[in-house]
Amino acid sequence: MLKILDSAVPVACWSCSVAHNDATLFCPHCSKIQPPPGGDFFSVFGLKPCLNLDLMGLEHEFHRLSRKLHPDRFARSGEHEREWSLADTALLNDAYRTLKDPIHRTEYLLKLHGAEIGEEHAGKDRKGKVDTSRVPADLLEEVFDLNMQLEEMRMARKMGEEDPALQVSLEQAKRKFDGLLDEVDDELRAEWKKWDEGDAGVRSGAQKTMVALLDRRRYLSNLVRDVTETLGD
Amino acid sequence: MAEGRIVGIDLGTTNSLVAYMQGEAPVVIPGVDGSNLVPSVVALDPIPADGSRPTVTVGNSARRVLIETPERVIYSVKRLMGRGLSEVQSELKFFPFQLADDVQEGEVPRIQLGELRFTPPEISAYILRQLKRNAERFFGAPVTQAVITVPAYFNDAQRQATKDAGRMAGLQVLRLVNEPTAAALAYGLDRAKEGTIAVYDLGGGTFDISILKLRDGIFEVQSTNGDTHLGGDDIDNLLLTIALDEIHAEHGVDLRKHPGAVQAVRKAAIEAKISLSTEAAAQFDIELPNGDRYQREIPRAVFEQLIESILERTAGPCKQAIADAGITPAQIDEVVMVGGSTRIPAVRQLVDDLFHLSERGKKPHIELNPDEVVALGAAVQADILAGTSKSTEEMLLLDVTPLSLGIEALGGTVARIIQRNSTIPASATEHFTTGVDGQTNVAIHVVQGERELAADCRSLARFDLKGIPPMSAGLPRIEVKFLIDADGILQVSAREQRSGKAAQIEVKPTYGLTDEQVESMILESFDHAEEDFAARLLIEARNEAETILSAVERAPGSPAWANLTNDERTAIGLARDYLIKAKKTEDSAAIREATLILDHATRRFAELMMEAAVTAAIRGKTMDAAGEELGDELTAPHPMAPAEFK
Repeated sequence: MLKILDSAVPVACWSCSVAHNDATLFCPHCSKIQPPPGGDFFSVFGLKPCLNLDLMGLEHEFHRLSRKLHPDRFARSGEHEREWSLADTALLNDAYRTLKDPIHRTEYLLKLHGAEIGEEHAGKDRKGKVDTSRVPADLLEEVFDLNMQLEEMRMARKMGEEDPALQVSLEQAKRKFDGLLDEVDDELRAEWKKWDEGDAGVRSGAQKTMVALLDRRRYLSNLVRDVTETLGD
Repeated sequence: MAEGRIVGIDLGTTNSLVAYMQGEAPVVIPGVDGSNLVPSVVALDPIPADGSRPTVTVGNSARRVLIETPERVIYSVKRLMGRGLSEVQSELKFFPFQLADDVQEGEVPRIQLGELRFTPPEISAYILRQLKRNAERFFGAPVTQAVITVPAYFNDAQRQATKDAGRMAGLQVLRLVNEPTAAALAYGLDRAKEGTIAVYDLGGGTFDISILKLRDGIFEVQSTNGDTHLGGDDIDNLLLTIALDEIHAEHGVDLRKHPGAVQAVRKAAIEAKISLSTEAAAQFDIELPNGDRYQREIPRAVFEQLIESILERTAGPCKQAIADAGITPAQIDEVVMVGGSTRIPAVRQLVDDLFHLSERGKKPHIELNPDEVVALGAAVQADILAGTSKSTEEMLLLDVTPLSLGIEALGGTVARIIQRNSTIPASATEHFTTGVDGQTNVAIHVVQGERELAADCRSLARFDLKGIPPMSAGLPRIEVKFLIDADGILQVSAREQRSGKAAQIEVKPTYGLTDEQVESMILESFDHAEEDFAARLLIEARNEAETILSAVERAPGSPAWANLTNDERTAIGLARDYLIKAKKTEDSAAIREATLILDHATRRFAELMMEAAVTAAIRGKTMDAAGEELGDELTAPHPMAPAEFK
């Protein structure tokens, strides 16, 4: 029931007035629900920041806490409790949503540690052209070709023409970039282990690598999305 | 129990129901006429002789006057909930009722009903009040708290409008539950199952698809999608259009000029649709004013061809929901069918194809009545909220927001802050600053939808952050917290971080009523209602008795009266005298019982009246020049070749 978290500023429980740890969802003395505790998403689940997570355990804990915190459990309670149940559950849901997804989890943890992570759609001109200014060097040539083909395909579509050869070529490109995405994911997972288990030096190295990998990943997934959209039009 | 019961309400496009948890099973509470379904039809009675405000009737009695006086009746009002002026205008092309003539852009549109004007939430409030009364009569105790269901794909404004309606009806709405999720609760109650289920909900006016994961009593919605503008109404309108066009083309009679006649043909179209779910063919047989008969046979195959494009519109949302849940159709263990339109065999076939059911040896779930399953689920959720029952103790519903929430950014693009299919409650914190030195206001435009440009999304509200301490441009740091609550409704709070001052927020909802407006629309007579419940029951019982007595008083003047047998007329007379006697007592239960007996005795008479009204509407009223035209869209070309018919 009680969650002891990092923070240690004592706060008086709104209900029983007994001082408790700031970062608890329920008063250890009277068990009443408390306002959202400070602390990060990991601490909501009683976890230290880490990247290799037991997802089954996370889900189990999410369900256990949901049962206790959800506004459905406070429908006829007083105003305070209803308000805090809402705020606590929103925090729980936000935390679960972020942590259960490997990429969101990695980005979140790196941001916690001060890394600058590009915005989701940054560098992407929605009118269809992939921004070439941040192309990973090893992909420059292929991305250039791909952009030409995408443009051709869109033109052909506009004119109502079919171009089976181009279609095949784009499908090949998609498979290739899908494969590259898988590679990035494998590399990321390798860095997770270093970050979780390494000392400060190993960590900061892993952090740098992951920031670069996430950049590359974002770029690749935008590319794949563009190709999928163009093919699926 | 210190607190009253919480009821579950399905506020539907076509029918509404109220249900509660009887021990371990949810049951629907019947109305005075013994029927579980209350048609979502609201009628304004004629102005009384003394000039006082006319009374409003709801349900079957309101539906009866639809053909006689269509200008005093509103139905399918759910399609207008939470919608702006232009949306309502295009919607109304298919309905006999009209906007009030003084409606202005930016206001909640009001509908003209007889001499009076009502907003859609007010109309819905009358339906809710009827359901509340039905429940109170059933329990013999006041009912003040309810769970109301809404289509999963309802946006913020539509949800807020529904909550407003509840408040106007004197109900504290403890939770809005998504209809497909409610259905899953109703199905999940007696089976402690694990697995992934899809709920396909095609109702009168809306379509929803939800994918849920069941585990240890937790119903976790993975994704939802839909169309708040797609349902059985569309099929009715299609058949209606075809019939009206053919009558015009073949017999030279334009029934569109006569709302009563249009309603009569609509009734025939609905009956044809319903019979086609079980029969191989349906017949139209309508006598026209010039003595001609419009006779058509519609074979099921032709019907299915006609509605194919309507049904096909449910496929896209299903595929998107499956993709958003990150699964394939083969991973869906069960499919639950909800809504009256899922009785159509072609719908069941489509669902079978979409979810590969037959090829996996599976069948969709149709065990529970598709008209009632949502209300039953609402009762289950009500029981969960009450927290007093063993049977639902372990159950918990985790639902999602159907639409992404975003803020209009520079250049009119949308910065998404909460993605669709996020479990609710969900929140996002954003920081804003000023662009000009000394600026004290920041305006924020919140939108809902999946499109890239704010103009293509649905405007939800504009917020004005006021009272920012004057500082150099870019220095203030205003933290705004957006929170979607468990009802799927947005709440916003803000504070300026450098000064620590709570910024004042002024919310201008793009669509919707202000708190004050809702307050002023609260249906009269709730204020003191709870103080003397017995007195109120007596008044209501006497009013109901009076309504039916005055109808019986007028009966001998009706041509239908002559068609009754002597025995039937004698029985009505006896029941009337019995009610007159009962009405003089203080016993509301006895008055109710006598009302019910008279209602029963007059049932065949009411049916005869209805038939006579249908005939009269087509034959007689076409002589009148009065009446309003329906919109142009009804004359759109259609694929039904006359050669298909005999």
